[in-house]
Amino acid sequence: MVSVESFVIGSIIKTAIALLVLLTAVAYTVWLERKVVAHIQNRWGPTRVGPFGLLQPLADGLKFFFKEDITPPHVYKLLYIAAPVIAVTFALTSISVIPIGNWITINGVRTPLQITDVNIGLLIILGITSMGVYGVALAGWSSNSKYSLLGGLRASAQMISYEVSLGLSLIGVLILSGSFSLREIVDAQGGTFWGFIPRWNIFQGQIFAFFIYLTAAFAETNRIPFDLPEAETELVAGYHTEYSSMKFAMFFMAEYANMITVACLASLLFLGGWHGPLFGPPWVQSILPVFWFVLRVFGFLFVYIWIRGTLPRFRYDQLMAFGWKFLLPLAIANLVITGLIVALKS
Amino acid sequence: MLHLVLFLTFGAICVAGAVNLLVQRHPINSALSLIVVMGSLAVEYLLLGAEFVAAVQVIIYAGAIMVLFVFVIMLLNAGEEELTSGSRVALLLGIPGMLVSSVLVAWVLLAHSGTTAVPAGALPGPPKIIGWLLFHDFLLPFEVTSVLILIAIMGAVVLASPPESVQQSKKEG
Repeated sequence: MVSVESFVIGSIIKTAIALLVLLTAVAYTVWLERKVVAHIQNRWGPTRVGPFGLLQPLADGLKFFFKEDITPPHVYKLLYIAAPVIAVTFALTSISVIPIGNWITINGVRTPLQITDVNIGLLIILGITSMGVYGVALAGWSSNSKYSLLGGLRASAQMISYEVSLGLSLIGVLILSGSFSLREIVDAQGGTFWGFIPRWNIFQGQIFAFFIYLTAAFAETNRIPFDLPEAETELVAGYHTEYSSMKFAMFFMAEYANMITVACLASLLFLGGWHGPLFGPPWVQSILPVFWFVLRVFGFLFVYIWIRGTLPRFRYDQLMAFGWKFLLPLAIANLVITGLIVALKS
Repeated sequence: MLHLVLFLTFGAICVAGAVNLLVQRHPINSALSLIVVMGSLAVEYLLLGAEFVAAVQVIIYAGAIMVLFVFVIMLLNAGEEELTSGSRVALLLGIPGMLVSSVLVAWVLLAHSGTTAVPAGALPGPPKIIGWLLFHDFLLPFEVTSVLILIAIMGAVVLASPPESVQQSKKEG
């Protein structure tokens, strides 16, 4: 049993580190996206600021700070200011229950590499992401402009539609592991089949669930090919048309933080979390799981960007038809089959 | 102690949100107050130890249903509510009526129901127990409720689909 003081201090330190790492990751995901998309399109991307343009996110951040913060006269002020705050707060909060590795011992204090391990971790993340839509919806409404309103409406309709498939695709994983705790879900994926196939959920028959999750997650984070809420060619910039300076940057940060959360969740639920070969001296062994986990998240983010550089945008009726008529039945079928198999096995 | 302080704080926030819901003139402000009510109720459940119910409360009510409310308000572009003479009468009769009925309900609950206060964290929280209760002890009510919801969905579809004459004329072009 740890004392209250060490618990509080430990939590504050962990939260601070997690926030710092997350914000840095957000900045460098932007850099990664610009680089990768540039190379897909046969360009160089950022090269001027620092080696390989590595300091570009810093320059962008500074630029955001010094931009004039314009509040158009026709907006509904209270919600106009609250909307980006809501978006970024919920986007950053969901990291609090995501574990990034095993337990470690520092100075005799054993602690999980996670801010807090709750036994309904997955539900908390789903709850937080479902609240995040208010940021976008309210931004669209309070801006009092037609493009913003259309963007906000599209975003809320799209998020409600795809959240159903997203939730159903996760239930297969929950049936297999029998827990809502992300740590227990990862622990259930340790070991191998016949000595060489890892027991990741994706290899335990959840490959369709992974596909559904991937698709629904793209829609949830408003990314191409589902970026209709901010479709530049029709809506100027969608829900954040009227935003500038740091308020715009908050939406931007929220989008990339959501991408990272989705990537973390995919790694934890389908790709075996931090399981991987362990070797070397003890300190290397305690760091390696984190490395394997980050590798998976990075791979998932790369796929995200790759698809962005490849696919065109859906039409809105295609988006709705795909979500309700294809993805949802597939998710239900996957759920029924997984349930049947688990029931027959036990 | 901390539990009690938090419980009372969020209870106060919940009531304040509910009052604000009635006082606000603009529908979107009222909808947002309702979200506050839902959210603080979820915290109350969490403090009582019903963590699964708390999470579901946030996902279903605050997350899904209220998003639909906000969506409809945005879509209809509902403006500020106007006071009519009818609403003044409602105000005059409503406030005393509400006070009397809430005192009555509290009196019945406290004096005659025979229930005792639940200590914080005493409710069955884990999803496993709730799943067992739903699919074992209360299977019939659970299934009957889902049939009820299915009927409601069918009703919504019937109401939303255009009448046959319109469909005919659309086909004929």
